Amino acid sequence: MAQMTMIQAIKDAMRVELQRDPNVVIFGEDVGKVGGVFRATEGLQAEFGEERVYDTPLAEAAIGGMAVGMATQGFRPIMEIQFVGFIYEAFDQIAVQAARMRYRSGGKYQAPITIRTPFGGGVKAAELHTDPLEGLLVQTPGIKVVVPSNPYDAKGLLISAIRDNDPVFFMEHLNLYRSFRAEVPEGEYTVPIGKANVVREGSDVTIITYGAMVHTSLKAAEEIEKTRGVKVEVIDLRTLMPLDTDTIVESIKKTNRAIVVQEAQKTSGIAAEVIAQINEKAILHLEAPVLRVAPPDTVYPFAQIEDQWLPNAAKIVAGLNKVLDF
Amino acid sequence: MSKPSVAGVQDKSYVVAVQEVKPLSVLGTDGTVVNPDEMPKLSDEQLKELMRRMVFTRTWDQRAVNLTRQGRLGFYAPVSGQEATMVGSEFALNKDDFICPGYRDMPQIVWHGLPMYQAFLYSRGHQHGGQIPDDVHVLMPQIIIGAQYLHAMGVAMAFKKKGEKRVSITYTGDGGSSEGDFYEALNFAGAFKLPSIFMVQNNGYAITTPFAKQTAAMSVAHKAVAAGITGVQVDGMDVLAVVKAVQDAAERGRNGEGATLIEALTYRFLPHSMSGDDPSKYRTKEETAEWEQKDPLNRFRTFLVNKGLWSEAEEAAVVEDAKNTVAEQIKKAETTEKMTIPGLIDSMFETTPQHLEEQKADYLA
Repeated sequence: MAQMTMIQAIKDAMRVELQRDPNVVIFGEDVGKVGGVFRATEGLQAEFGEERVYDTPLAEAAIGGMAVGMATQGFRPIMEIQFVGFIYEAFDQIAVQAARMRYRSGGKYQAPITIRTPFGGGVKAAELHTDPLEGLLVQTPGIKVVVPSNPYDAKGLLISAIRDNDPVFFMEHLNLYRSFRAEVPEGEYTVPIGKANVVREGSDVTIITYGAMVHTSLKAAEEIEKTRGVKVEVIDLRTLMPLDTDTIVESIKKTNRAIVVQEAQKTSGIAAEVIAQINEKAILHLEAPVLRVAPPDTVYPFAQIEDQWLPNAAKIVAGLNKVLDF
Repeated sequence: MSKPSVAGVQDKSYVVAVQEVKPLSVLGTDGTVVNPDEMPKLSDEQLKELMRRMVFTRTWDQRAVNLTRQGRLGFYAPVSGQEATMVGSEFALNKDDFICPGYRDMPQIVWHGLPMYQAFLYSRGHQHGGQIPDDVHVLMPQIIIGAQYLHAMGVAMAFKKKGEKRVSITYTGDGGSSEGDFYEALNFAGAFKLPSIFMVQNNGYAITTPFAKQTAAMSVAHKAVAAGITGVQVDGMDVLAVVKAVQDAAERGRNGEGATLIEALTYRFLPHSMSGDDPSKYRTKEETAEWEQKDPLNRFRTFLVNKGLWSEAEEAAVVEDAKNTVAEQIKKAETTEKMTIPGLIDSMFETTPQHLEEQKADYLA
């Protein structure tokens, strides 16, 4: 097996699918010769040609509309939106056109589109390049939302997304692109959409999280185990829509306490949904209220105070202590 | 025209010389041929079929307006006045060309093959209205003004990549030509040289806002210039001119010569929709009367009668057929099994995820 960064794993997934299925095409801004601003598609145009991997004019709504139109004719478009904040420009095409295609046509048409976009803080990027917008998308019926936290999952989940006959919004955390390498199998394999992963077993309290916060949460889990001796279970959701509530509920039954950590603003986001699911399905197993560790409900701050705004291990430890001491 | 000069603000060569366009027309308002060079090549039978379809569409529209008033249809956007543009443009296509309609464009997709009862189901808010039969190359009508322009561009990209000699056509009104989606679609179609036909049915009003307040451009057709595609303006009350313009555009598309923007100058005799606007608040009687003089049915009828191709009896038979068809098709729509919440839930994804299965169970209990 090869050691790959997440960006290499993502590229590998696209290469595998371009080879396997002639209907897979990749397009977006600067994805061709240069391979995208983060080089996720580097070399793919040279390998598969301009018919399969191509640059578009700079217009996100049209990138989305091209994907929808091509999808109705049997293609499986992978569209890259260069930075997450630019999805607002394409939001009608993603949230209204792609996400409602199956519903509006009574199942006649489908939109097997993968929308790839980088997001996520901690890299001091320019405004609107990092905003965690997953909550907007999860509130949109008809679209799946995937957020991998490591290279192995990224490749397997992206292959699943490309093969999915419904639109999948695939969010790639900027801070994870090149931060570490992991073993990634050659060739094709899939990680199923809709299945969470218990990345750390524990018995006393559960952290439910996703994306880069998986790594911050693992750090917090180690710290609190050292200082307090508690065993923390950490769940990486991997998919935010659909949500794997079975894995969450199983963990609550075991630990009876939980916090949810998210990089997105606190109100009405993924954490709120996870807590609602726990209330509906496991409330009698709780020994304490489930808390959220999340940034305040402000716009994503300019780079100068980004580090203070984002959840860190200390804030997560504080949250764990609250539910343990309830 | 020379290339724009970025540095030289003194250099006026960057100013694009825009000339006034003259709408393409074949028939005068009195039904005589005024432009024989632009006459589309159609057999007598095809000419009669165009008339049949326009008369049928007018009658269908009148019945649909009544059905809406009776509460038997839901959202409905009247089409009377626009028959030449709608019927003529569809007639100029091949059956495997693809139509991305707006919400008013029911005639085009029904004449392209969508069963009329499904158009009625769409109006009545039933999903089956959008379950287009496999051999009918249309999308369900678009509600977001302009989004269909992007879809037509994407469909054309698919045709180009597959090497198929097919074109896509899409429609919006003059209001839709102000949308960002409109410009992005034209620009992409230009950059990729796609076989798309973008039709703007300029009926003078975006619901109530007159065209003069819509744009400062000399015409909608001029907007093709910036995208590097062909732009033409056509008399949208002249069915033969519309057929010619769309035939030419389709030929350009099939020959690899790229996209065309067609602005059809037309008029709707009735409100924007049956859901509220009162045209007397924003249009004068004189204006409407003037456009009624250009009624596409009258002009074409005179043309055909002069050629000995049309009679009152033939027209009466078409009206009768339309009335019977509408009656039969609305009955079929009204007796189609209703949608259900579990069915709705199952239409969200190819495989219904667990949380939706749980939500579905609440309705099956």
